[in-house]
This record gives sequence, structure tokens and C-alpha cells, in this order.
Amino acid sequence: MASAVVLLAIVLAVLLGPLVWRVPINEIDFAAQLAGPSWAHPLGTDDLGQDILARLLYGGRISIAVGLCAMLVAAVVGVLVGAIAGMSRGSVDVVLMWLADLFLSLPQLPLLLLIIYLFRDALTNVFGSQGGIFVMVVAVIGGLRWMQVARLVRAQILSIREKEFIEAARALGASKIRQVVRHILPNAMGPVIVAGTIDVANAIIAESTLSFLGLGFPPDIPTWGRVLFDAKDTLDVAPHWALFSGAAIFLTVLSINFIGDGLRDALDPRRVL
Amino acid sequence: MSRQYLIRRLMIAIPSLLGISIVLFTVLALAPGDPFGELASNPAIPPEVAASLRAKFGLDDPVWTRYVHWLVAMLHGDWGFSFASRIDVDTLILQRLPTTLIVIGAAQLLAILVALPVGVLAGTRPYSLFDQIANTLAFIGFSLPTFFTGLLLILIFSVRLDWLPMVYRADLGATGWRWFVEEVKQSIMPVAVLGLFQGASLVRYVRSAVLDVVRLDYVTTARSKGIGERKVITRHVVRTALIPVVTLVALQMPVVFGGAIVTEQIFRVPGIGSLLISAMLSNDTPVVMAVTFVFACLVVLFNLIADILYGWLDPRIAYR
Repeated sequence: MASAVVLLAIVLAVLLGPLVWRVPINEIDFAAQLAGPSWAHPLGTDDLGQDILARLLYGGRISIAVGLCAMLVAAVVGVLVGAIAGMSRGSVDVVLMWLADLFLSLPQLPLLLLIIYLFRDALTNVFGSQGGIFVMVVAVIGGLRWMQVARLVRAQILSIREKEFIEAARALGASKIRQVVRHILPNAMGPVIVAGTIDVANAIIAESTLSFLGLGFPPDIPTWGRVLFDAKDTLDVAPHWALFSGAAIFLTVLSINFIGDGLRDALDPRRVL
Repeated sequence: MSRQYLIRRLMIAIPSLLGISIVLFTVLALAPGDPFGELASNPAIPPEVAASLRAKFGLDDPVWTRYVHWLVAMLHGDWGFSFASRIDVDTLILQRLPTTLIVIGAAQLLAILVALPVGVLAGTRPYSLFDQIANTLAFIGFSLPTFFTGLLLILIFSVRLDWLPMVYRADLGATGWRWFVEEVKQSIMPVAVLGLFQGASLVRYVRSAVLDVVRLDYVTTARSKGIGERKVITRHVVRTALIPVVTLVALQMPVVFGGAIVTEQIFRVPGIGSLLISAMLSNDTPVVMAVTFVFACLVVLFNLIADILYGWLDPRIAYR
């Protein structure tokens, strides 16, 4: 419960904060360079004298949006692949599950970095610098995380489709698609919701990692990882800069993980983990 | 463990390695930008020369021929020439690889040393105070991203306390015993960051595995025979509980390599992870491709080792 409150507070702050705290994120003020927390700047300022609170509130929108969108991509692809594999016995199932296993054994972060390294310029030309990076980061993080959901959905479908109520639906002449969409998937959603919740946390970490390595969003988009990347070289004089941005990532991820764990207890009582 | 099982496992590793190489090559082939784009637009180079260069490097061949050529070159260790460092890519990687393996190995060792006792204690006393504290700490441990813990440790132990060096130095100006002490001192933080992150998720796996085993009948039998509780746990419960943990450790390997890249980058450890990042920042494509390929091979290798260990630990698997 406490974690739900914390997460809600963070989301509300990020959504409404920029409306209340109207300091621009890119107002450069060399007089207040690397200043610690004060009334004018509650979380201090960075090396250009920009207000860290404003930057974190703005960047949080992007970090959380990346997390949610990447989770949606992963969930949609995963449910689709899992449903197709579960409903078609035989070679399609084997091939799809082999593909899932293959993706599971790919080294995620190196591949993520490789794709972004190779495709960054092309996408920037198509979607513009902010949109291009956003689309790419979401697609790549989501596209490398669907395997877990796909396996869960497939396993659920394999057991549910043998139940009597599905047989009844089949006897009444429901098509395969209707059986899956109306009868099987609603009963298989529990584990998918749990996996999806934890995927949001993982996607936020993945995005922050990319930005932290200097290969994610450009400096004018202060996502939490990007702020931390900028802060790491002045750790000795301005620790507040790194601490606040790191704490934002940590609190968000921790509360999402706790919520995922609570959901698991609520939705999936068989598992003890 | 039968020889058949070993051979079968080896055979399974080959298609997955091929699959990974296909994925890597597809990414490379789909990538925009032509390595000879500059030549084509350079007026000093006649079009015939550019065309013959393209033919020489097989750029106009069908995709699958290019894939086979690329794969054969990769397998021969012919990985190209680093633009940035001016040496062959394979020598560069061989220089860097041992450091990465040592850091990852030490971190895994630390993770297991922390996670095993904590997980077993928590699993044998579920929902006790110790279990709850361990569980909460584990949650905090794997919710803390490695790049943040790394910075925190630097802040505490290097900046504030000045106990440990901030960055890793490859050329320590010391020999013998002092060299060893310095080496250990500068390795503590990278290994701790990576190891504790791994250990945190491992604790939960160990705990749930122990929890599953403790309830089984054979454990009750062992207890009823009058074997001491400590011996029941160490000899009967833990041995069985470790079997699924081995697979989970192997499945975690891709995550470990990701963590290694971040840690090496923070502490400037001269391994292949920091090589990857610096190659990307300086547009050194041959190095980027080769390092990604090496990471992929390492993942497959560790999966293979885990499978073989699995067969050795659990003889029931081998004859299926």
C-alpha cells in the first residue's frame, strides 16, 4: 500500500508539478552554479545554474512515459505471440517458442546499445530529434522484453483451452479468435499484469541506463538517467545533483516492484516467490 | 551424466549461436549508411574505382552470401581493424577480455556467497523477522540501478572517506605485495556493485527454491530419522534446492553482462564493456560489432555450462 501511495505521489508530481513549479528547465544562471538546496532552488542547481527540481519533474514525464510505452509494446507483442503459439499446435508453436528462447539468450544491453548506435541518425531524420529517440528507445526496449509475457500467455492458454467452458464456447460455434479474445485471454491476464508491472520498472531502468551511458536522450531532454550522467563528473562538489536524480529513479522503480509483488500475491496465489 | 547428453547440449548451442549471429547481422544489414558512401560522393575517386571496391568487398552480393562471408570471417577471428586504436580488433578484445571476466567472476562469487546463506536462512524460516528484513533488502538491492549504487559508493568511499581509489588504473606503479593490495583496493567497488545487485535477485530465487523443497516428504523423513536440523538443511535441503538456482543464474547472465558494461563505464575498468561504450562514442563500428558478438558468445557459453552443470546435479534430466 505504501508503495502505491509513493508511486501515485511521484506520478502526480511529474504530471502536475511543472504546472505548479513554473521555473523553466533551461534557464541558465551562472551566479547559482552548482548551488545546494535553497528556497529558490529546493533541489539545488546544476553546472549551468539550471533548476534541478524543474528538470527532474520534466524528465520524469519522459522516463515514466518510456516505461509505460515500452511495457505496452512488450505486452502487445507478447500476448500476440503467446496466443498464436498457444492456439496453434505443431510447428508454428515450436518456431515461436524457439524464437522466444533465442531472444531470451540475447545479450540485451549490448544489443540495445548496438541498435541505437546504428539507427539513431536515420530515425532522428524521420521523427525529429526528440520523437526519433523516443520512438526508438520505446520500440527497442519493448521489442527485447516480450518473451516473458509470450511464454506466460502460452502456458496459460495451454491449460485454459482444455477447460469445459472453452469446450462449451467451441460447441456453440465460437470462432478461434472469439474463443481467445472473449474467453481465454480474460482468464489469463493475471500473470500478464504482474509481468507488465515489473516490465515498467525494468524499462525505466533500461532507459536510464542508456541515458546514463550517454547514448540515450540528448542533453536538452533531462530524463532522470541523463541528469545522473551529467551529474557524475561533479560528484565531489555537488553530490545533491546526482543524489536527487538517482533517488527519483530508485523510488519509482522500488515502488513499482513492490506493487508488482503485491499484485502477484493477489492475482497468482500459487506462486510463492 | 551420459556422453549423449553432453553431445546433445553442444548441438543445441550451435543453432542458438547461429540464431544470434543472424540477429546481429540483420541489425547490421538493415542499418542505414553505406561504408562506401563517402567514396561515392568524393569527386576525386572515379566511379569505376568505387565500383571495383564495392565488388571486392562483396557489397552488391545477395544478403545471404554476405552473411556467410561475415560469419566465416567472424569465426576465423578476422574481426577487422579498429579505427580509433589503430590495432586489430581481436588483439584489442583479447587484451580487455580477462579484466571483464575477472570482475564478473568475482562479482558472481560475491553474489553467491551472500545469497546462499541469506536465502537458505530466509527460506527455512519463512515470514520470520529475518525473512522479512532479507526480503525488503533484496527488493531494495535490485531496485537500485547499478549506475546509482556505483556513484553512491564513489561518493561515500572515495570522495568523503577517501579510502578507495575512484577510478580503476591498469598500470599501477607498484610491484609484488603492494601491487596486489592496490589491485584489490581498486577492485572492491566495481565487484561490490555488480555482486550485490546480482546477490539481491539471487536471494529471492534461493529462498523460494528452499521453500519448495523444505515441504517435501523426504525432508520430513530425514528429520524423523533423527538427523540434526543443521545437517538436514545442508545435506538434504540445500543440495536439492540448488538445482533450479543453477538455471536461474544462467538465465541471469545477459543481465550480468549489462551490469558489467555499466560498472566498467563508471569505474573506468579497462574491460570489453567500457571498450564497447568508447567505441560507440568514437564511431568505431568494427569494435562495436565484435564486442557485441563476444558478449553473445559468452551468454551462449554460460548457458551451455549451466545446462551441463544441471545434468550433473540432477541425473534425472540426463536420461529424458
